[in-house]
Amino acid sequence: MSASNENLIEIRHLKEYFNINVGLFKSKPLKAVDNVSFDIKRGETLGLVGESGCGKTTVGRTILNLYKPTDGEIIYNGKPIKTKADIKEFRKKATMVFQDPYSSLDPRMTVSDIIAEPLDIHKMYQSKQERRDRVLELMSYVGLNSEHASRYAHEFSGGQRQRIGIARSLAIKPEFIVCDEPVSALDVSIQAQVINMFDELQEKLGLTYLFIAHDLLVVRHISDRIAVMYLGRMVELADAKEIYDHPQHPYSKSLLSAVPVPDPKTARENKRIVLSGDIPSPLNAPSGCPFRTRCQYATEKCAEFMPQLKEISSGHYCACHML
Amino acid sequence: MRLLEVNDLHTSFFTDAGEVKAVNGVSFNLDKGKVLGIVGESGSGKSVTAYSVMQILASAGKIVGGSIKFNGQELVGAGEKVMKTIRGNRISIIFQDPMTSLNPTYTIGKQLMEAILLHTDRNKQQAHERAIEMLKLVNVNEPEKRMKQHPFELSGGMRQRVMIAMALACEPDILIADEPTTALDVTIQAQILELMKNLQEELGMAIIMITHDLGVVAQMCDEVIVMYAGSICEQGTADEIFYNPCHEYTKGLLRSIPTTSNDDEQLRPITGTPIDLLNMPKGCPFAPRCDNAMKICLRERAERMQINEDHQAECWMNVKKLMEKEGDKA
Repeated sequence: MSASNENLIEIRHLKEYFNINVGLFKSKPLKAVDNVSFDIKRGETLGLVGESGCGKTTVGRTILNLYKPTDGEIIYNGKPIKTKADIKEFRKKATMVFQDPYSSLDPRMTVSDIIAEPLDIHKMYQSKQERRDRVLELMSYVGLNSEHASRYAHEFSGGQRQRIGIARSLAIKPEFIVCDEPVSALDVSIQAQVINMFDELQEKLGLTYLFIAHDLLVVRHISDRIAVMYLGRMVELADAKEIYDHPQHPYSKSLLSAVPVPDPKTARENKRIVLSGDIPSPLNAPSGCPFRTRCQYATEKCAEFMPQLKEISSGHYCACHML
Repeated sequence: MRLLEVNDLHTSFFTDAGEVKAVNGVSFNLDKGKVLGIVGESGSGKSVTAYSVMQILASAGKIVGGSIKFNGQELVGAGEKVMKTIRGNRISIIFQDPMTSLNPTYTIGKQLMEAILLHTDRNKQQAHERAIEMLKLVNVNEPEKRMKQHPFELSGGMRQRVMIAMALACEPDILIADEPTTALDVTIQAQILELMKNLQEELGMAIIMITHDLGVVAQMCDEVIVMYAGSICEQGTADEIFYNPCHEYTKGLLRSIPTTSNDDEQLRPITGTPIDLLNMPKGCPFAPRCDNAMKICLRERAERMQINEDHQAECWMNVKKLMEKEGDKA
């Protein structure tokens, strides 16, 4: 589905700090997400990539108010989400698919109860018959048979469990879904089935996705636009094709060149930029640009000032002093 | 030179539900200085094949048939005494998760020195020097300080480097790497893969690389084995496997991964779910999921066919193709 021009969700200066105890009486803020702003258009898929600890999962969870944002604004359909009532209303429209299909399904509930739980919570049916019909409809969306309804989660394979999780998140007829690494626990042959299903459901139900993943080839395949995060900050945001063909930020460049391409000839010719060092701890983030400790172009300016995200060409944003 | 010859290996796990044939007739050879990739999905038997070579199977698992020859010496049935001189010394292994494979209560130095003291006649002082030398080799910064640290003080990439240092301390002939970078981030994965490739060229050892990531295979391997349901369905040089796949499963795998060239099209997944090893079908194990399955595929397994000198596959489609070709000639 092609994205419209209308913004479904706007994130403004989102901050999420966790207080970490560093001594007996001392605590220190861990800036998991620091001043992140972006929009997602209706019907669009925004991919969010980065390495572990960069804050991509925290962004997804904070948007859904699973964590209370430290600061910043989440605007949904033009209305800021502030009060508890707003959050409850918002959660009828927005939902999440989790990474691990094993731990995210209650082992003591049948598949039909798992899928109907959001319906129960939001009281979205009049009769038992209506609840049952809705569950069967949802199961058919994700390619499960009606006889699966009375079984338990442990009877299914990983790919099928992920389908149950997706059916559950579709139950409330959402407009917006945060997909947090939904295919990374699956085998390659099953991964493709689930990715195609995400595509088809978007087409059919007009869904908007925030697709969080670390597998860059998967993200490229499914996303319209892609945002790259590093140590709690957004470093680059652009169209999926643009960011893969012309990455501008030194971190995006090295991240993309590090992806092992399943093609021996390209792999032999490919000159990879191998970064030295590890990601710094977010508790002791470097001053200025967070990437400067691993960046080969870093100058004194990078240590002093934090680069801001700026538009370098139409729709392509990048936070780097070098540009 | 032929380092490892595995011939018709069968490994089973004896569970309450019955015998699970995790490895079912696997044969391959490994030459000195080569990198062999074993790819397959979870449950395809790729790890069990490697564990059988090392004989570190869980207690329910047993090698029930076949032979494993290392430098001409038979390892199946050789006994624990012989295996102890080989394991960690001539053949080493690194595991997927560097956190759970290091002992959290010992320092890095102690764990590194253990292997050296056990397999060589170095004294403690020499073992210490050797351990520091190994840490330098795998590009661990401040090796003296690291020797005194515990695993929890190190990052994931650093731990995997320590694991590699430990595995290489006795200069093994073969390094088995079981999903060595799956738990790591891409930029760290690139560092580790480059390190392994450089060390392999420098030290001239052979590597068996077990992975589900075809990208890693393309980057690292000279030869590739594709496994499905405990057997090898296709085997050949990396170029042959990627550019001339001759088994329907390999073709399906290659079609189902997103690449840089197919991003506008839909992915073409393999339908169905992986096979249940307790209920193996009679014919080709992949036939129930294969789009081009023929009657014969359900009835009997295809014989291994030599596609060309660097390439073998077990698929009836190749026989069909061959017959059509000959039919054309006639």
